[in-house]
Amino acid sequence: MTQLALVIDLNVCVGCHACVTSCKEWNTSGSAGSLSDDNPYGKDPTGTFFNRVQTYEAGEFPNTETIHFPKSCLHCEDPPCVPVCPTGASYKREEDGIVLVDYDKCIGCRYCSWACPYGAREIDEHQKVMKKCTLCVDRIYDETLPEAERKPACVMSCPTSARLFGDVHDPQSAVSIAIREEGGYALMPEWGTKPSNHYLPRRKTRLHIHEDELVRADNPLKKEQRGHAAPVDDTTLDDSTSW
Amino acid sequence: MHPAFSVIFLTTLIGVGQGLFLAVFTGQSYSTVELLPAEDSVRFYGTGAIIALVFLIGGLIASIFHLGRPERAWRAATRWRTSWLSREVIILPIVMLLVFIYGIMHYFNLDKVITTSETGFVLHLSLVIGALGSLATFALFLCTGMIYAAIKFLQEWASPLTVINYLLLGTMSGFTLATAFASYSAPALMNFFGIWAIIITIAGFITRSASLFRNSRIKYKSSMQSALGVRHSQIQQKSMGFMGGSVNTRDFFNHKTLLFLRSIKWIFILMTFIMPLFLLWIGLEKSNSATLMAAFLVQYTGLIAERWFFFAQANHPQNLYYQTV
Repeated sequence: MTQLALVIDLNVCVGCHACVTSCKEWNTSGSAGSLSDDNPYGKDPTGTFFNRVQTYEAGEFPNTETIHFPKSCLHCEDPPCVPVCPTGASYKREEDGIVLVDYDKCIGCRYCSWACPYGAREIDEHQKVMKKCTLCVDRIYDETLPEAERKPACVMSCPTSARLFGDVHDPQSAVSIAIREEGGYALMPEWGTKPSNHYLPRRKTRLHIHEDELVRADNPLKKEQRGHAAPVDDTTLDDSTSW
Repeated sequence: MHPAFSVIFLTTLIGVGQGLFLAVFTGQSYSTVELLPAEDSVRFYGTGAIIALVFLIGGLIASIFHLGRPERAWRAATRWRTSWLSREVIILPIVMLLVFIYGIMHYFNLDKVITTSETGFVLHLSLVIGALGSLATFALFLCTGMIYAAIKFLQEWASPLTVINYLLLGTMSGFTLATAFASYSAPALMNFFGIWAIIITIAGFITRSASLFRNSRIKYKSSMQSALGVRHSQIQQKSMGFMGGSVNTRDFFNHKTLLFLRSIKWIFILMTFIMPLFLLWIGLEKSNSATLMAAFLVQYTGLIAERWFFFAQANHPQNLYYQTV
């Protein structure tokens, strides 16, 4: 069974918000209609976004670390938002595991947003239906696009390639290998939602140099220094050997 | 969570309606086995059921304001296998229909005798309808409570106490209204309903206090560390990614000070439980209808505060991601 998902590398993300804007651009221009965007340049801007990049700081000055943290729907394998939906508008696709909302069935009761611990669902204040990340379902299967572009808009736009996209159930996919080998983890594992999206932790690259690696014992430049060592009094091999 | 008045009025109004219907039907069933005097069908059973229906309709109207797309509300009856909200959407009209049938059956004297036993027990059709209505009423309390209790990560709600409180607080307000109503239309039943209203109010006070006590000691399972997956004891949010508001900052926070929250708590404890208990006692002692009506009005106002606090107190784990602009 396929489970499409994103893997987000926190070690690489620089918090540029390119994924946020390209997500908004693609999804506001889609066939499902625009995403709300009120007072975008005014006093109290508000609107519906599928993807947000947040910034956190761990530690206390001067020992701090900045964490840029992109957050969108995690397309949980056991999504708590789906069974609570009274109309069946919220559903998880059998074929690829994407959690979607049928905008024509949604009654806008907001119960699913209460049932998502990650706050990934945002109601559209104009269409009055619940919206969330679709993993660009209208893009990844679009055969009019070149194959390399059949990826979510956020993945296409990321300048540092911090976002990977693929099937996390296929053990040989790039995302599975990244999760397995780079320590990928899920958010809030305590609720048993089994998020499909994974995050790769921030990693430190440290170089360990030992002293004997700095001073080479067999350095040819130092060969002559040996000549100044104390004269050898003992019989050498040359003396004891007769021809 | 942000307390939405549509849901506050929905849950409190249907609670009164359900409780009043239970009270009226209890009156009739007790009179069938001659524990209470039978009352006039039109003046008490019929009118009582119609008042209960008015409260249920009021709740239904309030619920419409919570929906973004009320014209599609019929779709909400489809997922009863998994969703408590869907189950509530199905049960509420069933309760309303049964209360309506029960009401007109008494009001227009359409009641029929189904069978009479040798001991003189007369089984009326209205009694069967009323029993079904009571069952549906209990099912509705269960559904309403479970809508909240079923969300496991809203830890303040995820407890059997939530369901018990919806049941007891709804029944309590219905019995208080029944006491006031009986004092006008069936004085012989006033003391019966009054004593039960006092008993259920005390029971509700105990279980609601238990949930307040439980919630004051909650250990939250989610933390900044599990939300981000970063193992560091000091994590601060520096930006939530946008400078204006969003649904996440409006729907999930109560935006009130701790002082305001605490004062609402004491106001609802006083108005839902303590003041109505005194007013019921005084009203019953002096057989004063106005005092009993005041007991209901104070208790209902208190219930609005209680429901507001119920929502405001719940702390959603998504709030961890929205700590600072």
